[in-house]
Amino acid sequence: MSEFFGFFLSGITVGFIYALVGVGFTVIYNSTGIINFAQGEFVMIGGMSSVFLIKLGLPAEVAFFLAIVITSLIGIALYKLIDLSKNSSEVSLIILTLGFAIVLRGLASVVFDKELHTLPPLLGDGTVTIFGATITYQALIIIAIAIFIVIGLFLFFKKTKTGLAMVAVSNNKDAAKLMGINIKNILMLNFVISSVIASIGGILLTPITSTNYEVGIMLGLKGFCAAIIGGLGNPFGAVAGGLLLGILEAFVAGYISSEYKDAVAFVVLLGILFFAPGGLFGNLKAQRV
Amino acid sequence: MLKKLLIKVFALLLFSSMVVANAGTIKIGAIVASTGPASFLGDPELKTLEYYVKQINNNGGVNGDKIKLIAYDTGASPKKAVTFVKRLINQDKVVAIIGPSTTGETMAIIKFVQRAKIPLLSMAGAVAIIKPVKKYVFKIVATDRMACQKVMQDLNKRGLKNLALISGSGGFGKSMRKQCKDVAKDYHINIVADETYGKKDSDMTSQLLKIKNNSKVQAVLNPGFGQGPAIVTKNYKQLDIKHPLYQSHGVASKKFIEIAGAAAEGVRVVAPPVVVADKLPADFPNKKIAVKYKNDFEKAYHTQVASFGGHAYDALFAIVEAIKAQNSTNPQKIRDGIENLKNFQGVDGIVNMSKKDHLGLDTKTGMIMLEIHNGDWTIVK
Repeated sequence: MSEFFGFFLSGITVGFIYALVGVGFTVIYNSTGIINFAQGEFVMIGGMSSVFLIKLGLPAEVAFFLAIVITSLIGIALYKLIDLSKNSSEVSLIILTLGFAIVLRGLASVVFDKELHTLPPLLGDGTVTIFGATITYQALIIIAIAIFIVIGLFLFFKKTKTGLAMVAVSNNKDAAKLMGINIKNILMLNFVISSVIASIGGILLTPITSTNYEVGIMLGLKGFCAAIIGGLGNPFGAVAGGLLLGILEAFVAGYISSEYKDAVAFVVLLGILFFAPGGLFGNLKAQRV
Repeated sequence: MLKKLLIKVFALLLFSSMVVANAGTIKIGAIVASTGPASFLGDPELKTLEYYVKQINNNGGVNGDKIKLIAYDTGASPKKAVTFVKRLINQDKVVAIIGPSTTGETMAIIKFVQRAKIPLLSMAGAVAIIKPVKKYVFKIVATDRMACQKVMQDLNKRGLKNLALISGSGGFGKSMRKQCKDVAKDYHINIVADETYGKKDSDMTSQLLKIKNNSKVQAVLNPGFGQGPAIVTKNYKQLDIKHPLYQSHGVASKKFIEIAGAAAEGVRVVAPPVVVADKLPADFPNKKIAVKYKNDFEKAYHTQVASFGGHAYDALFAIVEAIKAQNSTNPQKIRDGIENLKNFQGVDGIVNMSKKDHLGLDTKTGMIMLEIHNGDWTIVK
């Protein structure tokens, strides 16, 4: 029983890590319809900038804040690039984000370095024992903040004027424009929100996984899987997708073999795309042909 | 028009005079992965080569000849290694080649150096490079097999019989896992659990829980490098597993202690001696050279010494010694000289080459066992 619960907790920890990255995908997809493959790199920049700002002697809170600002500026830069090439097809724009990711990775290896780095856990090294299984404080913080972010996003999109404007833009750009909504600002805001979520993720993950210039590749991939499984465009879906992925991985590693763990992500992804192409919580937009 | 022609002639003359001046140089090739996934190996290796070639030349060179280092970066790609080895042999006409940094690249270029009869000093880990012995291929790098043997010896000393493996699925972890399973029976050790993890995984508690709940396990060994072993160490502490935990030479640097933090307390790490050069007992055979290398490197590059750079030091000076001993820069003679190295003081240990042994290291000086206490290394006697 404690073994079962141990695997379960491990899965939840990893699941929320994937979810935190996955949510960022959904925000940008919602507004622009493109998948931002630089999302993992945003997470990396959040973590790496915090590490180096703290090394410069800044207090942790200031460093975290600046790291979030830096990542947001990079997010705005990506939006400007996409805006410049707005007449291109969505596929070209997705490739643009891929290229942007490679540039960020290269820059990070030069501006920062190629070494591994870590941050101290926010509340120390402590652990909590539940039914004989343990979970770290840091993992609990990640879970709490991930839930907070998703509920916050939900309320923001439903209850605030700006949020509603964003939903309007994603539903019908032309109609939104006619209603007097500044589309460019709204789209840029989407990229900022996504970058902020990613950099918070990077700051929270670093004490657990440690970080280096390449860490975004794996995080981006798993976060993308989480977002797809949950149905792109739905933040709750990204959390469900991340949890499903994390828990499955943990159980496969625990009960079958750790060799097959990574295969699970892709089998689940293929299965979802085959049987429920819209994802678990997504509703495929009906397209008139 | 005439002026242009004159300039060209002059340039040509100047160039040819430079070629003449180059007659007294020894061209040594280097194939290193100074960027890419193995840059943690190649970067300190290249820095070491550049530093010592400069130093040797400033001190008058080898037998009066200056060394010219021709280094290429492969980014750890075996394909590029093949391209560069051909270029080194056919165009640059080097007399000896140092590298590559990784096993895959080395295996890919062996047949070219064998055919061209140019001595190669690999800086990669696997035993397969020098076993079976190939006439022109050497390496002065402790193998992962030796690291396994060192761990097994330590287990024997502690009277522990049942070992669990949790290995990274990258090339390093894979190769060491295989070697450890291979040598275990020589030391009467049973491998009772054999888990793996992806090199970019963020949580290994599932695998460790399985090991924890396996009542046979008495000790755990984690072959791997990068962030994986640090996460394993943290999860190990989180699950409060009481068995001794061993880490490989892949993480034998201060960086590992920094990243694993408090969880690293009490972890044993098998490591090349240079990592703790200052702390080695005074009678340790290659202490002097290890301390010298560590101090040189840290002074020149202002970063903590990485054990991997020592491979480059040993390869370079093995060639230098061979040239001195044979008083010739003929590749064939250099090869003979390297094969006859006896009691050569290397950073990686005392080297005794022979016709049958192109490694020349033993587990006594090649690897030592360390334990982490209060964020620092202590040597296990």
